[in-house]
Amino acid sequence: MDTGAAQAIEARGLSKRFDAVPAVDGISFTVRRGELFGFLGPNGAGKTTTINLLTGLARPDAGTIGINGVDCSTDPKAAQHLIGVVPDESNLYPELTGFENLCFCGALYGMRKNERRARAGELLGVFGLADAADRKFAGYSRGMKRRLAIAAGIIHEPPILFLDEPTTGIDVAGARQIRRLIADLHESGTTVFLTTHYIEEAERLCDRVAFIVAGRIVGIDTVERFIQPERDRHVMQVSCLNVPDGTLRELAEGFPDSRFQDLSGGVIRVEADSAVPVGSLVRFLEERGAEVTEARRMRPSLEDVFVRITGIEAAALRREKEKKGGGA
Amino acid sequence: MKGWIAFWNILLKDVRSYYLKPPNISWGLLFPLAWTAMFFIRSGLGFESIPAILPGVMGISVLFGTTSMLSVTVTFEKKGRSFERLLLAPIPLEVLMLAKTSGAILFGTANAFVPVVIAAFLTDLSGVDWAILTPAVVLIAVSSTFLGLFIAVAVKEVFEAQTFSNFFRFPMIFLCGLFIPLDRLPVFLRPLSYVLPLTYGADLMQGAVNHAARLPLFLDFALLALFCLGLFLASLRNIRRKWIL
Ligand SMILES: Nc1ncnc2c1ncn2[C@@H]1O[C@H](COP(=O)(O)OP(=O)(O)O)[C@@H](O)[C@H]1O
Ligand SMILES: [Mg+2]
Repeated sequence: MDTGAAQAIEARGLSKRFDAVPAVDGISFTVRRGELFGFLGPNGAGKTTTINLLTGLARPDAGTIGINGVDCSTDPKAAQHLIGVVPDESNLYPELTGFENLCFCGALYGMRKNERRARAGELLGVFGLADAADRKFAGYSRGMKRRLAIAAGIIHEPPILFLDEPTTGIDVAGARQIRRLIADLHESGTTVFLTTHYIEEAERLCDRVAFIVAGRIVGIDTVERFIQPERDRHVMQVSCLNVPDGTLRELAEGFPDSRFQDLSGGVIRVEADSAVPVGSLVRFLEERGAEVTEARRMRPSLEDVFVRITGIEAAALRREKEKKGGGA
Repeated sequence: MKGWIAFWNILLKDVRSYYLKPPNISWGLLFPLAWTAMFFIRSGLGFESIPAILPGVMGISVLFGTTSMLSVTVTFEKKGRSFERLLLAPIPLEVLMLAKTSGAILFGTANAFVPVVIAAFLTDLSGVDWAILTPAVVLIAVSSTFLGLFIAVAVKEVFEAQTFSNFFRFPMIFLCGLFIPLDRLPVFLRPLSYVLPLTYGADLMQGAVNHAARLPLFLDFALLALFCLGLFLASLRNIRRKWIL
């Protein structure tokens, strides 16, 4: 069964529609063993549906799925022992304690009593939940619930782990803790398939990233190679007070080699193919009565790539998600 | 072996989380008790009439005990999405669904014997053929549980499961020969009786308790078993079609 050359995940032409809506529309990608693969896209792009298809919770209308070389396009159960899944909702049993939840999940994968008790205790320690081991899951905080859900996903030490938006709806400190746990898992050799809408999260954690929009993959590459073209462009953000009307047009005429964009709130984005002439730019603005408070060079980021490829404003993506997270 | 560990722990969790909870235990005890008392008082006869109503009371206890639990163990967990964990586990769907229904089968069987224990104190049950009654009760519990499963799989909300099961349960009290002999039913209702599994179970119990079965016992057993198989397979089919999208 273990064919050394096989990819951890291999999807070919996967499609899934609900009624008339194509949720996933002919996507293909591979995830190498030991890779941390990011699946990045806006709300409703098809991320969860893709995970459901790969894990056997949904059947594809078309396409093939290979998990560690096991073909599970027709039999979704064929590779379920190889995978762990952390769903977008922490769906453990509210009436069981943290320890009981982990032991139960271990039992679902056929682990023996001593084995699962030992592993549950170990994981509760690693995930900082040792003190809450004997408290009911219902009383856990959001962050604790998510951490326990991740622990439950790896109780049987699966070689491949699926994480569906693990940090959504978690506070900053909690999210950082979760990202560290994911990085450690990656470090220890687990293949990780991570969906997220936090572009910085994908940039920081992932080896490779796919952008998914409306059920289609619109870009797929390593984070490094995605960002490389951005490095050749020079981007600055200039913040100023009292910008007179028509300044943007005048700027465009005065600096034909640069492109200007009004980011609202008095922030102007300047983009050029060579170094931006900061001095003359500031002078130009101040001569017209604007007061420049800050001018800084923007480090090229995956966010720029995402915006360029998808045409979706990163801020819009975040706002949409926060609305969703706040309501849940 | 691995499948067995999963099976056993799913059953154990359900028993602990649902069946051994005080409200369910008292429901399981009180409900048959109330039915026994009601029919006994209504019959206006002495203790010697108890065997006559015993099969009916047992039938009702099993029917309500099993079907009401499925809306919790299946519909409720499906809604709360913890059911996805079970669907993701590397065990065949058949094993999974047997594990999810075994608790209800045990619970229903136990419920059926509550009125028997009460009756044993009040009257002489030495005429009862236990070798027929016991497997009959278990099969009735299995068929009612699978009927409950079929309903639980067909609906989305817990209240729908409750409503839908009442749609079956209450007519079954009257149509299956639990209290009203089939030949006293209007002729046009009788075909309905014969498509309900409980009819055959009630006939078995009448045979075991009162030696008054109207069909050959092996036919009752065979048909009841066939209903169990049919309902289970239909439920699996529905799960595969509707839950694994
Ligand atoms: N069970 C379903 N029934 C109908 N439509 C669905 C279902 N699941 C997902 N969809 C639709 O498929 C699209 C992709 O959804 P989803 O995979 O959940 O996106 P994401 O996880 O990226 O937010 C959405 O338009 C969503 O409305
Ligand atoms: Mg999603």
